[in-house]
Amino acid sequence: MSQLVFDPSKVMDIDYTKRTEYLGQLEALRAGMRTLKEVPFQPSLPDKGYTNRTLYVNVGSLEVTEKPVTQQMKDVFIGGRGFGLYHLWNAVKPTTRWNDPENEIVISPGPVAGMTQYAGTGKSLVVSLSPQTDIPIDSNVGGFYGPLLKFSGFDALELQGKADKDVILFVDGVKGIIRIEEVEGGPEDSHVLAELLTHMYAENEKDLPNVSVVSSGAAAAHSLIGMLNFSFYDRRRKCVRFKQAGRGGIGTVFRDKRIRALVVRGPKVAGDLNHPVDPETIANTGIKYHKEIRENDGGQCMMRRNGTAHIVEIMDAYDLLPVHNFQYGSHPDVHKIDSAYWQQRCTQATVDGCWYGCSMACAKGADGLVLKTGPYRGDMVTVDGPEYENAAGLGSNCGVFDPDYLLELNFYCDTYGICTITWGTLTAFVMECYQRGILNKERTGGLEMTWGNAEADLEMMHQMARGEGFGMIAGMGVKKMKEYFIKQGWGDPQLINDIGMENKGLEYSQYMSKESLAQQGGYALTNKGPQHDEAWLIFMDMVNKQIPTFEDKAEALYYFPLFRTWFGLNGFCKLPWNDVVPADNAQQPEAHKVPEHVQNYVDLFSATTGVKIDKEELIIQSAKVYNFQRVFNIRMGKGLREHDAAPYRSLGPVTKEEYESRAERYDQQIIKEMGLDPAGKSTEEKMALHRQWRTDRFSKLMDSVYARRGWTSNGVPTLARLKELGLDAFPEVVDVVKQHLS
Amino acid sequence: MKQLVIDFQKCDAGRNCNHECEMECAIKVFKVDDPAQAALQIKAYEDGGGKAVLCDQCGDCVVVCPSEALKRNKLGVVMIDKQLCVGCYMCIGFCEKDAFMRNPDWIVPHKCTSCGVCVKVCPHGALSIQDVPEPAVRII
Ligand code: SF4
Ligand code: SF4
Ligand code: SF4
Ligand code: SF4
Repeated sequence: MSQLVFDPSKVMDIDYTKRTEYLGQLEALRAGMRTLKEVPFQPSLPDKGYTNRTLYVNVGSLEVTEKPVTQQMKDVFIGGRGFGLYHLWNAVKPTTRWNDPENEIVISPGPVAGMTQYAGTGKSLVVSLSPQTDIPIDSNVGGFYGPLLKFSGFDALELQGKADKDVILFVDGVKGIIRIEEVEGGPEDSHVLAELLTHMYAENEKDLPNVSVVSSGAAAAHSLIGMLNFSFYDRRRKCVRFKQAGRGGIGTVFRDKRIRALVVRGPKVAGDLNHPVDPETIANTGIKYHKEIRENDGGQCMMRRNGTAHIVEIMDAYDLLPVHNFQYGSHPDVHKIDSAYWQQRCTQATVDGCWYGCSMACAKGADGLVLKTGPYRGDMVTVDGPEYENAAGLGSNCGVFDPDYLLELNFYCDTYGICTITWGTLTAFVMECYQRGILNKERTGGLEMTWGNAEADLEMMHQMARGEGFGMIAGMGVKKMKEYFIKQGWGDPQLINDIGMENKGLEYSQYMSKESLAQQGGYALTNKGPQHDEAWLIFMDMVNKQIPTFEDKAEALYYFPLFRTWFGLNGFCKLPWNDVVPADNAQQPEAHKVPEHVQNYVDLFSATTGVKIDKEELIIQSAKVYNFQRVFNIRMGKGLREHDAAPYRSLGPVTKEEYESRAERYDQQIIKEMGLDPAGKSTEEKMALHRQWRTDRFSKLMDSVYARRGWTSNGVPTLARLKELGLDAFPEVVDVVKQHLS
Repeated sequence: MKQLVIDFQKCDAGRNCNHECEMECAIKVFKVDDPAQAALQIKAYEDGGGKAVLCDQCGDCVVVCPSEALKRNKLGVVMIDKQLCVGCYMCIGFCEKDAFMRNPDWIVPHKCTSCGVCVKVCPHGALSIQDVPEPAVRII
């Protein structure tokens, strides 16, 4: 495949400052608000990355308290996702479910977050008990909320309880005010709500970038797949934009608590607000990385031009792009939604980082889209992305290759507050059920869910936002749809289970793992469910071919989930780690780990916190939290081997057509891997052989990975492993494990 | 647009010159007694050729600055607004001429303002401020 060359003359001529404004609704919204509680607090800036206190807010009882950050919290949990899991563990019982008032949403940026000199340092980590999986979900999200919360004075925000009416929580980190306000009426959908709130709470025009809003949308309350938008003010576009905490339904928990929005107003950002111990190292590391982007990005991933969509055509070329619910790996129409298209469609002469200093700048935006459907039909909007996941999930996986419809789907997912990845996978499932007669027009209430029918796809989403029709069934997610269809007697249960792409209740993200053993494990052997952020191994397995042997793959499933967990402890974005690499990376030992960048991270952490670590200690830091999370899952009734099972579609060909589309490859595997002769065998017989071989191989992978992780063959961390990590200091953790060790 | 230009036929840096230009820039413009902080750096001078780090006001840094702290003034010169700067140093990393400077003691970086102070002190008359057309904005 040839390297795409950027041609500025082909970029579409779209005025990125033009869009429909909603500020006319500001007064009406204000009129519907009244203060329930206001408490003062002392704003403070972090010291060595920590403010050393967290904020607890109960939206039901209106209790507002500050809690100290202990040394043990820092030593064991670091921050971010670690703090989230720690607080959540203390808040819930094994019987707690997502909609119990004691469930929490915890938002924590991590000690490094808010640094402005290195790319990808503005992330917030969001943790809650998921309505889809009943275990902790964690999400790593950009936007300004987390850093501004920290610069106001808090390392984390715990939200507990349930309000009777919608509330807004406002933290003013300049004046030192925490306010809970009730809100009657007014918009719910993020693109309107966040615009109004940003302007309402900013003191003036200049203050707009210092305000960030967390909000969801109309569909979150009527589904289990709700998402949270974290806003940032785009100075050049003069509009409020978003990054999403998408997976696992945290938006649904948010709306169930009747939280309409969180708003923070922070101080003006400067380069030293974290008060790091060694700013010089941070400056030099940051500048070195910015130069690397300048020199290498154009010839490597072109993140600055395409964002993550750059891999659409690579995945297609390697037969790994999910097409028609992960049945196939490529499609002739992919050129309509590949990166060559997106770099013409997305605005280019602007700055697209989701936090200051992100020179990778992948947060592309498509401006000037006039909506064709739904409540905002006729409005002109800016759509974030589309990221790879959206092009693949909303696009190829559902057979949608019309870029305008794809953008509209993306827009409505965002503003309605639902996860694009989840929506893509669940719609693909619905469409395949429709193809195979499990669903029909009668059962969907009139929706013709044929491949590529974007209008029906959008209508299903609008129904969900309105709380009606088949959209409500779709909004339960794949797992509950499977159960429902089987209960209705609508099709062969085995087929339904085989093609419903979920594990632990969470939908698969958009990589076809069928041919990549490493990615099969990378999806199913995860803590939160099949999201690629824990172990995105498909690229190094199938494209770069850096982990060829079984042992390599098992080792990668030990190392990378831990390595990648670390980003979430600190507030880092994972993309700058390997979406650009130093020019000489391929010549380095363990090139797939990108050793120079690992060293950057070690240096940035030490230079911020003053805690000297090396690359081995980095992995140990992660292992503590990772194993804690595994035990947390077990405590909540999941997290064992049976819960790591994978739907067969993710392991191999479920249907005849799938087998035949890759017959040559599969026949060869029968010869080479199984030592058998495919000649004279029917497709069904060959499929049966594959099923046996592939499920065995997956099971062996589980054995090896569990052993390497220090877990029993049932997936339970051993006492020795807990001790080694210092987790034996938590008697409750040990108790959970003891019940499962025999 | 006002641009600082050096003529290597005249610059004597490799031989007898004391780099008055750097010293003057550091002291007069940036108020530090350290020529390493000057916005121009005459790096080397070999027979027949020289190398200087100079800002040509190309505007690339304006394009990448996330906080709109960099803007051209009326003379076309790229100026930094310290109030808006968030200290991300993307301007430094993306300047192909390595002309965006950083003093470890300051959080905000600094650059040439085409003020001409250095021009006046060059004993060899090698520096000048010229009026050249502003280049088109690049997508970076
Ligand atoms: S790489 Fe993209 S997602 Fe990550 S911080 Fe930068 S802009 Fe945000
Ligand atoms: S500092 Fe560098 S990028 Fe900025 S105008 Fe000068 S030469 Fe151009
Ligand atoms: S360091 Fe300041 S002037 Fe330079 S790009 Fe960053 S914000 Fe802009
Ligand atoms: S023109 Fe002014 S700012 Fe630029 S190098 Fe000379 S003295 Fe320094």
